[in-house]
Amino acid sequence: MTGFFRRLRALTVKELRQISRDPSSIMIGIVLPIILILIFGYGLSLDVKNVPIAVVMEHSTPLVRSVLAGLNGSAYFSPHYVPSMHDAEELLKKREVDAILRTAGDFDSRFAKGDAEVQLILHGVDSTTATLIGQYTGALLSLRTQTSLDRGELASGAGLPGAAVVQSRIWFNEAAESTWYLVPGLIVIIMTLVGAFLTALIMAREWERGTLESLFVSPVGRAEILLSKIIPYFLLGTAGLLLCLAASRWLFHVPMRGSLLLFLLCSSLYLIVALGMGLAISSVTRSQFLSCQIALVISFLPAVILSGFLFDLRSVPLAARIVGNILPATYYMEILKTLFLAGNNPAILLRDCAALLFYAVLFMGIAIRFTRKNLD
Amino acid sequence: MATERIAADAPLSPETSPQTDIIRARALTRVFQTKNGTITALSGLDLDVPAGSMTAFVGPDGAGKTTFLRMICGLLAPTSGTLHVLGRDVSHEAQQIQDRISYMPQRFGMYEDLSVQENLDLYADLHGVPLPTRKERFRRLLDMTDLARFTARPAGKLSGGMKQKLALACTLVRSPELLLLDEPSVGVDPLSRRELWSIITRMVEEEHLSVIVSTAYMDEAERCDHVIVIHEGRILSQGSPEALRRLTTGLCHVTDVPRGMKARHLQAWLLDQPSFVMDAVPEGSHVRLVLRTECRRDGIPAELFEPSPSGMHLDPASCRSVTPRLEDSFMFLLRRGETTDHAAEPATSSVQEETPPAHAAGSEEENVIVVRDLVRKFGDFTAVASTSFTVKRGEVFGLLGPNGAGKTTTFRMLCGLLPATSGYLCVAGENLRKAAAQARTRVGYVSQKFSLYGNLSVLENLHFFGGVYGLGLFALRRRIRDVLEEFDLTGHEHDMSGNLPGGFKQRLSMAVGMLHRPEILFLDEPTSGIDPLARRLFWRRITSLSDGGTTVIITTHFMEEAEYCDRMLIQDAGRVLALGTPDEVRRQGGNAPTMEEAFIRIVERSRASRPDAS
Repeated sequence: MTGFFRRLRALTVKELRQISRDPSSIMIGIVLPIILILIFGYGLSLDVKNVPIAVVMEHSTPLVRSVLAGLNGSAYFSPHYVPSMHDAEELLKKREVDAILRTAGDFDSRFAKGDAEVQLILHGVDSTTATLIGQYTGALLSLRTQTSLDRGELASGAGLPGAAVVQSRIWFNEAAESTWYLVPGLIVIIMTLVGAFLTALIMAREWERGTLESLFVSPVGRAEILLSKIIPYFLLGTAGLLLCLAASRWLFHVPMRGSLLLFLLCSSLYLIVALGMGLAISSVTRSQFLSCQIALVISFLPAVILSGFLFDLRSVPLAARIVGNILPATYYMEILKTLFLAGNNPAILLRDCAALLFYAVLFMGIAIRFTRKNLD
Repeated sequence: MATERIAADAPLSPETSPQTDIIRARALTRVFQTKNGTITALSGLDLDVPAGSMTAFVGPDGAGKTTFLRMICGLLAPTSGTLHVLGRDVSHEAQQIQDRISYMPQRFGMYEDLSVQENLDLYADLHGVPLPTRKERFRRLLDMTDLARFTARPAGKLSGGMKQKLALACTLVRSPELLLLDEPSVGVDPLSRRELWSIITRMVEEEHLSVIVSTAYMDEAERCDHVIVIHEGRILSQGSPEALRRLTTGLCHVTDVPRGMKARHLQAWLLDQPSFVMDAVPEGSHVRLVLRTECRRDGIPAELFEPSPSGMHLDPASCRSVTPRLEDSFMFLLRRGETTDHAAEPATSSVQEETPPAHAAGSEEENVIVVRDLVRKFGDFTAVASTSFTVKRGEVFGLLGPNGAGKTTTFRMLCGLLPATSGYLCVAGENLRKAAAQARTRVGYVSQKFSLYGNLSVLENLHFFGGVYGLGLFALRRRIRDVLEEFDLTGHEHDMSGNLPGGFKQRLSMAVGMLHRPEILFLDEPTSGIDPLARRLFWRRITSLSDGGTTVIITTHFMEEAEYCDRMLIQDAGRVLALGTPDEVRRQGGNAPTMEEAFIRIVERSRASRPDAS
């Protein structure tokens, strides 16, 4: 065994021992991913289900009831039938319902003519939910109208003259389940956290505790020091990754349409990018507090907000889009969403992997550049 | 012509004489860039250190000792000049040098969550110690450091002295060509210090190591073959301890302290005679003084025998000449460069005016601290066992003991930072177990670690702590001006506290502790890691504070500092081993010649009678 490997092994073993004795590394590496995946997976759902909605029928006729019958059986709504608009408004103000659906007294006669109107009042505080409720209600009613047209209940030609009916289908996420695209995104966030956050602390910790000074005056080279930091945290990150993968498979039933091998390879590459980022921050600042703050601001928060985790980057303002495109997390996000839901797409994967490779080299370069064996 | 020049240059080139000189510095300069300008840590150093010897760097704080050691290790690059270590240039061949030397930094970064054995294994692996020799080496090191019983204990759970021994063991996992030790015994008690040095001397004898050690202890420097005195980045003098001692031959005297007078007052008066006296220090029941060179021929000048305006004078009958020690010469060298008025700078007058007369007039007999049967337990562990003592107003009271003796615990209970398990504790007239908050406003506390805000300026720290103590705006402004002057911080008001040199930080901590004019000042190891020069100034301040009526409670590892105390207490394993005046304690230690010897004897005797206490 050459000196290089003997020293690397000694340092790596030291690092693993420190991890196993320091509850905070285990917390960040293993417990935090579990907590995050449970919170984000179950707590953060962008779907609407069982939305309380007040229904006011000015004139309750069989037709009106049959048009609105869809609400009763729907998983999305839980309708409260109230006698007057006044009651409905009260409920809305108290936020006991999120929307009011009102049919006019002359619904029946106008339905036959094809210009019946339904009033929908939405509680706009949660605009995302409001938009979704609007869409769902519209879809529900148009479905019913379609059925009526088919059955010939409406006066012929009374529908929209020459109307084109949208027949929408969602590909890749057929049920439009938000967990399907949230979970892959979550993996990106957890990898960023484990990679950048943990390593941002460790080099700085050695600087602060003065352990590097005695380490430097030994045959140890900086490559050995840096590698001994990367290897254990790569293993820890991989453990977190496998946990996430297991949760996505068995807890959230997210399909894996691309290759599992490609998934692991790309994830390893991103993990190296994240570790490199943490090491670079840590080596430059040499202060645990500072690198912790920087890691939070330049890796974790943007990964949540600007990587396309929640919002499509194409719909955000130009400046945010530029920032998003600088983030390595954005490329990994695209890789994961593609691999999980769309399958192997060589064009996207090659482009994004190239970007990740560039970042891996860049960050490791910075880390090596700033970890010099001197105290200047 | 050309050949002649090469020949003339040849002895200077490292290749020709790699074995004789282990260190070779030529015009070595190191400058640090800071926000407030540049600091020259080393300027134009020319130095050769021969192989196979033990060399000591001594010098005041900020003299450049640590910088020089770090440069030898290749951790700091020279700003200009050259430095060859083991015949190699540090600027280009740092790694080759680092492969062959061992270095113990001042703050050796032990991996605190690794066990003793794991730390040793790590350093053995890093230095490539082959497995067959390793076993024997570890056995020897653990045997010498007496750590064999603790191999499974995490390094963070060792006492200060044991940590330092482990650091030394980790540094010595292999036999280096050059061993560098940066103040290896800072903050270590006399017993552990003696053990550390016996390890160092044994290794040097058995393995013929070349050693360079920086130290603030002159007795440690006296063990070395060669002593280099550094001051303000330059070499003041160098030579064997014997040669350096000779500098003050005929200048060192001791004088008895007249009855009823405190040694520290006589010492303070002597230091105030800078035209005759270079240095004075209490020693046993005497005061030791070093005269200026001009007095070499005639001995103690007649002026010192004549009563001064304050009534102080020396008695010719009680004075005698003594052989010099290294510390005498060290002080001589440092003071020689100073101008006369600078030496007299820490004047007592302003301090005495500052302190409220109510304290000064307080009767000598009043007890400001009464402790009876004080006990503190942490779970099953008894940190302080049934301790009783009293401290009178204006006394300087020393709390001494090995690392882990219970000093800090006692201290914290006295300051009201830690509740006592049982016993009576009265500080400044307040029962601490009932009225800790009231008592706290009347005490000042200076902790061992620098506990002020490093990123606030000197002035900002003073303003903040003054506000915490509830001083009014104008009173505070006046008080700040006073303490800045009193603790010699004027001119540094806007410096970042964290960037100040060690001695300044310590003075700032004391200034903060004295802001609200406490009746009692608690100082936890204030002189740890401070050189003799700074220690003299420190004790001058303590003497003035005590004269002003402030009671001072102090812990220290420098046993000779106990000589400044009116009374002292030696603690070990939570129990009181000795209590009394320095003279009385020395007698308890079997009339030991020095306080350090007395301390070691008392503690060892107690430990021998109670073998269970580890």
